[in-house]
Amino acid sequence: MNEKSKNRVVITGLGIVCPLGNDVKTMWDSILNCRNGMGTTTIFDASTYPTKFCSEVKNYDIKKYTKNPELHKDGNRHSRFVIGAVAQACQQAKIDIETENPKDGIARRRMGVYLGAGEGSVDNENFFNAIVQGWPENSSQMDWKKWAAVAFGKMLPVRELEQEPNMPAAHISMFTGARGPVRSCLTACAASTQAIGEAFKMLQSNQADIMIAGGAHSMIHPLGIMGFNRLTALSTRNDSPATASRPFTASRDGFVIGEGAAIVILETLESAKKRGVEILAEIIGYGSSNDAFRVTDMHEEARGAVQAMEAALKDAKLSYKDIDYVSTHGTSTAENDKIETLALKKVFKEEAKNTPASSIKSMMGHLIGAAGAAELITCILAIRDNILPPTINLNDPDPALDLDYVPNKPRKAQVDIVMKESFGFGGQNNVVIVKRFSQ
Amino acid sequence: MTVITGLGAITPLGLSYKDLWSGLCQGKCGIDRITAFDPSGFTCQIAGQAPEFNIRDYVPKSMRKTTKLMSRDIELAVVAASEVFKDAGLNTKAFDEQNVTINPERTAIILGAGLISCDLVELAPAVAKGITDGRFDIKKWGTYGIEQVTPLWLLKYLPNMLACHVGIIHDIQGPSNTITCAEAAGHLAIGEAMQIIARGDADVALAGGGEAKVNAIVHLRQCLLKRATSDYNNNPKGACRPFDADAKGSVFGEAAACVILESPENAKKRGAKVYARIAGFGQSCSINSKYESLEPDGKGVQYAIETALENAKIKPEQIDLIIPHGTGIFSDDIAEAKGIQKALGSAADKIPVFPTKSMTSNTGAAAGAVDIVAACCAIKDGIIPAAVNFKNISKDCRLNIAKEQIKKNIKYVLCCSYTYGGQTAAMVLKNNE
Repeated sequence: MNEKSKNRVVITGLGIVCPLGNDVKTMWDSILNCRNGMGTTTIFDASTYPTKFCSEVKNYDIKKYTKNPELHKDGNRHSRFVIGAVAQACQQAKIDIETENPKDGIARRRMGVYLGAGEGSVDNENFFNAIVQGWPENSSQMDWKKWAAVAFGKMLPVRELEQEPNMPAAHISMFTGARGPVRSCLTACAASTQAIGEAFKMLQSNQADIMIAGGAHSMIHPLGIMGFNRLTALSTRNDSPATASRPFTASRDGFVIGEGAAIVILETLESAKKRGVEILAEIIGYGSSNDAFRVTDMHEEARGAVQAMEAALKDAKLSYKDIDYVSTHGTSTAENDKIETLALKKVFKEEAKNTPASSIKSMMGHLIGAAGAAELITCILAIRDNILPPTINLNDPDPALDLDYVPNKPRKAQVDIVMKESFGFGGQNNVVIVKRFSQ
Repeated sequence: MTVITGLGAITPLGLSYKDLWSGLCQGKCGIDRITAFDPSGFTCQIAGQAPEFNIRDYVPKSMRKTTKLMSRDIELAVVAASEVFKDAGLNTKAFDEQNVTINPERTAIILGAGLISCDLVELAPAVAKGITDGRFDIKKWGTYGIEQVTPLWLLKYLPNMLACHVGIIHDIQGPSNTITCAEAAGHLAIGEAMQIIARGDADVALAGGGEAKVNAIVHLRQCLLKRATSDYNNNPKGACRPFDADAKGSVFGEAAACVILESPENAKKRGAKVYARIAGFGQSCSINSKYESLEPDGKGVQYAIETALENAKIKPEQIDLIIPHGTGIFSDDIAEAKGIQKALGSAADKIPVFPTKSMTSNTGAAAGAVDIVAACCAIKDGIIPAAVNFKNISKDCRLNIAKEQIKKNIKYVLCCSYTYGGQTAAMVLKNNE
C-alpha cells in the first residue's frame, strides 16, 4: 500500500504484571531504584534443581481487576496475569471492559488482540504420577492402560484446555469483548515483540482501530525449568539470585527466568484523537527476520539480528543515528550478549559506543514470551521521563563487550526515539521502534 | 492480490497433496484405530495417522543429524515444506545449493503450530528416577531424574521449531512467525503471510500449519474435553460426521500442509503456475465462557466471513464452494452453520458445502491449511467432491452439504475455521482468471 494511505499508530495504554510490581508505576519505580525481582523459586519445589531461584510475580490478586473472577479462575498463571495487565491498559486508554454496553466509542469489531503467549504448565502432580504408574522403575515400555487409568481418573478437562497457548487471548476477548482480528503467536523469547509489530501493521493497513497487544508467559514450572537447565541456559548462581542476571559482564552464566504479562494498547491516531485519549508514544517501525542458521545457536555474524534491526529502521525511515536508546534483548547468556553487541556494532557503526543500550532483564529477569512487551513499556516510560533504565550488576564488564550499557544506575538523557529488540530461541528476530509523539 | 503457486501436504490420506486430493475425491477415509500407542484405555481409540515415512529422506544429507531434534510435529512440517517448494518450482538450498531460485532475505515463513506435547516414552525413564514409595518425588526427580533427559529436550517441543527447522533446511531468512491459535492457526498463518507479502516485506512466503495430535497427552486432552467421539471405536471410517444428525464428536489426527504465496509480480516474473489468488481474509473471535465450544449463534464465524467477503468485494451468491471447519462435534457444527447462514443469507441454502474432516480427521493447527490446499485443487480441477458420512442433516442446519460429486467451473471458494479458545478465520480464494 502506498505511504499516504497508511494510518499512524500510537500507544494509548500500558499495563503490566511482573516480578518488579503488578502495575506500571511500581515496576518503573523498582527499575529506577535498581531493585530486582529474584528469589528462591516458590511456585514448585525446585530445591534440587540445578537452578533453585527465579523471578516470580508476587502478591497478585486477580480480584482487583475483574468482577467475574470465576470466568478466569481456571486459567493458568499467565492467563490470570494478563487480565490484570489488560485491565490497567484499558483503564488508561479509556476502554470499557466487562460490559455488554461499552460507552467508549469503540466498535468491538474494530478492536482486536495480538498476543505473544506461552503454554500453560502441565498438571504436574497428575502428569508425573500417570507416568510413574504407566512406567514403574526398571520398566522398558509404557503400559498405556495403566497410564490412561490415572490420566482419565485424575486430570481435569479445563486444566488441560488451559494449557493451550491461545487461551490467554481467549480470556482477553471474554474480558474486553474484542471481536476484531484476534491472533496469538509463540516465537519463543521474541513472541510479544512480534505480536506488537504485527498488530502495528494491522492498524497501519486499517484492519482495526485498536489492538490490545503484548505478551503473557510463565515457564516457571517443573518441565520448563528442567528444559532450560538441560540447555544450560539458566544462571546457576544459587548463592546470589539478586546478582545472577548480569548482562554484558565477564562472569555472566545464563539468564534468570521470570514470568508475567505486559500489554500495550495500540490505536490509530485517528481513533485516539476522536476519543480524546492521551497519547503516550507513537510506534513507527517494525522489522522481523529469521536466522536460518541453527536451532541451538544464534548466527555467528549476527546476520538475522542485523537484518531485523535494519528492516525496522527502514520501516521507520530512520538512520541508526536517530536512535537515542536501545532496549536490548540482553539475556545475560554468554552467547546472546556477545552476538547482540556485535549486531549493535554492525548496525550503529561509528555511533555504536555513543548509543546507550541497556538490559532491564538484569532486574526483571527474562519473561520469555512476555519479555519484549514488558521491555517496550519501559521504553515508553524512558521517553516520557527522559531517563535511561540501567543494566544493574554490571561490575565486571566483559572486556570484549564495550558499548554503553548504562551500567548500574539510571541516567538522565534526552530520549525521543527508542529501539526495542528481541531474539527468540530458534532464530526469530523482532525489532520495533517507538517515538515521542508529536503532531 | 497475493497468489498461491505451490501446494504441499502430508495427511492421513497420504504423503503428498496429490494423495490428499485424490483421497478426498474418492471419499477415502484416513481414520483408523490408533497404532501410535495402545489406545484401549482411552474413550476414543481412533485417529487419523499419516502413512509411515523416513524423515531422513526429506532432509539434505549434511543436516541429517538435526532430525534427532525433531518432534513428530516438526517432521510433518518438514515433509510438507519439501513438497511445496518443489511443487512451486522453487529451488532452495536444500535441493541444489548452486542454483537457488529464492531470495532468502525476501522469503518469509509463517506456520501454525499446536501446543507440542512431549513424548512420554522419552521422558518416562527419567521420571522413573524420581519415585519414592510409588509416587513421583520432585526432590528426587531434581537430583536424579532431570540429568537423564537429553540436553536439547526443550528444543523439540517449542512450537516455533516447525518454522525454525524448515527455515534452516530451505534457508528462509525473512519474517518468521508461528501462530498458536489451535484449530484456526492454519488459516491465520496463511492470512498473516498474505499480509506480509501485501505490505512488501517479502516476495515469497511459505505458509500453512502442522500438528501431530496422535500423542497420548494431546489425545487425552480432547477425550477429557469430550470433543473426541467415543461412539465409533468399532467403526472408524464412519466416526467423523460433520453436520450429520448422528454426529457424536470429532476425530483427531496428524498432518502438515502448506502453500507458497507470492506477489503477483514475482509469480509473473518467474512464470509460475498459479493455483488461486487470495481474494479476501477476515478474522474475529467467538466469545463463550465455555471456552472449548463455539458460541451457539456462531457470531465469531459470521464476523470473520463478513470481513472476508467485504475484503474480496464479492456478494455471497458469487461463492461456488464452501469448505467449513465442520468437526463433527454436534453443537459446534450447528453453531458454525448458523454463523455461515447469517453471513451469507439465503445464498447459504444453495452453495455446495464440502467438509473434509470426515476423511482427513481434525488435524488441529494443520486443518485450515489442509482445507486451503483442497480448495486450490478444487479450483484447478473444477471438482467439488462428495461429502462422506453425511446422511441426514442436523436440525437448524440449512447448509447444502455436497452429497454427490459436482463438476463445475469454480471461481470463488470460501474456507472458514474456528477453534476452542475462540479465534475464527475466513478466507476467500479466487481462480486465476
